[in-house]
Amino acid sequence: MYDLLLSPFVEFDFMRRALVGVLALGVGAGPIGVLMMLRRMSLAGDAMAHAILPGAAVGFLAAGLNLWAMTAGGLVAGFAVALGAGAVARATEMKEDAALAAFYLVSLALGVLLVSLRGSNVDLLHVLFGTVLALDDATLLLIVAISSLTLAVLALFWRPMVLESVDPGFLRSVSRAGAPSHLVFLALVVLNLVGGFHALGTLLAVGMMMLPAAAARFWTRELTALVAIAVLIACGSGVVGLLVSYHSGAPSGPAIILVAGGAYALSVLFGPVGGLLPRLMPRRHLEA
Amino acid sequence: MGNVISFRDLTLGYDRHPAVHHLDGDVPEGALLAVCGPNGAGKSTLLKGIAGVLSPLAGHIEGPTPAREIAYLPQAAEVDRSFPIDVYDLVAMGLWRRSGLFGGIGRADRDRIEHAIAAVGLEGFETRPIGTLSGGQMQRTLFARLLLQDARLILLDEPFTALDAGTVADLTALVERWNGEGRTVIAVLHDLELVRVHFPQTLLLARMPVAWGATREVLTPTNLNEARRMCEAWDDRASACAPSHHTAGEAA
Repeated sequence: MYDLLLSPFVEFDFMRRALVGVLALGVGAGPIGVLMMLRRMSLAGDAMAHAILPGAAVGFLAAGLNLWAMTAGGLVAGFAVALGAGAVARATEMKEDAALAAFYLVSLALGVLLVSLRGSNVDLLHVLFGTVLALDDATLLLIVAISSLTLAVLALFWRPMVLESVDPGFLRSVSRAGAPSHLVFLALVVLNLVGGFHALGTLLAVGMMMLPAAAARFWTRELTALVAIAVLIACGSGVVGLLVSYHSGAPSGPAIILVAGGAYALSVLFGPVGGLLPRLMPRRHLEA
Repeated sequence: MGNVISFRDLTLGYDRHPAVHHLDGDVPEGALLAVCGPNGAGKSTLLKGIAGVLSPLAGHIEGPTPAREIAYLPQAAEVDRSFPIDVYDLVAMGLWRRSGLFGGIGRADRDRIEHAIAAVGLEGFETRPIGTLSGGQMQRTLFARLLLQDARLILLDEPFTALDAGTVADLTALVERWNGEGRTVIAVLHDLELVRVHFPQTLLLARMPVAWGATREVLTPTNLNEARRMCEAWDDRASACAPSHHTAGEAA
């Protein structure tokens, strides 16, 4: 048991770093994923991840495998797409999903164009799939800083963010906080995706957000519990995924997301709130 | 008593097409005003204009009533019924202007929330998720939230649509209580019997104001026919409205 669960972390520094990284990611991405899901933006995260990819690639092409260049590139591309799509959705009649699709496709095409101009490079795979087993101090600090910031901002803006999701019309009628709080939320999504891509890669980083949130929905109808369960599943998947990857030699990023996918599958099957099995075995209806 | 809100040659609409055309008039403080008219007459549009959700195409809305003293219940409230939130928390949102973004909700506020829930007859429903409420219970919840907003001007857009008689009676009593407290209520309504019994003042709208004044003088067969006739679909090729082409409605 010790060999299976603890010794990888006790013996190897890189595993401890990876552990800190995935736990920090899980704590930040959990609540963000829940809000995304409740706002019916589950696929928006995916679009945003695609938007970040070209930015990170450009950073990589300009400065090599440099943390800050790639982070800056990812942030710029992500913010440009998120803010652009958000602004178009609020200022025009277009819905946000359509605006987001338009923006991220342009960003993606631009990125592919830029990358192809410079020829291909194997190291670019780092950007795509992340390097959770090779997190250096700076990257780890960045990830931890991002999740701390995420929690602080969520604590401050929780009320308008929830209200904006439940009843946007009411929020508009009582305050002007709706638009700014939505933009702050989009910024948090981008930040977490950028933090996540160093560990899991741009495309898989969304998995840490959406899978735990989607799984949590099958266990409770209560918002606070939803967030707590999502964080637990995210962190748990991180730890289990690292162990699976360590013992089997599988790449760690996909292993983590696959474990989260397993948690989702179990929740779909057995979750008491609208899960498959409880539905197939309905209990007698109540008296009132 | 002064006016809570005044319309000066107000035109509201969408895509340059007027939905409320050249409206003039004043709503005195403490009025209980029904807005009636056929579908497409601009009733909801007028409320949106007053609530500040829609900017006028021309003319303006004047009034000493600041935005935070207006409570607005739209026709189809955009509440996401699948969101995991309970009755208590949804009602508590009525305190927004008092507590704002960061303000805490204290003991006195909790009393007010419980009071509001009791006032709409929803005691015992505090922890029910809003997704499990019936249509009438949901409307009661939204009325409880309005109650907490403690506004001087209350705008209700077809608040009694698809509700049973008991719920309508309870909610009408609440509206009358608000009015008794000196609040101004403007409600868009289709049930003319209800208007005749409970609303002393009526504005009959058919994009242009048809009549505005005491309910029994406004809701006459002649006026109602006139309203139906005037309220035809918009013309895609309508030309720009000349500034002089303007018939003012009579003020209350």
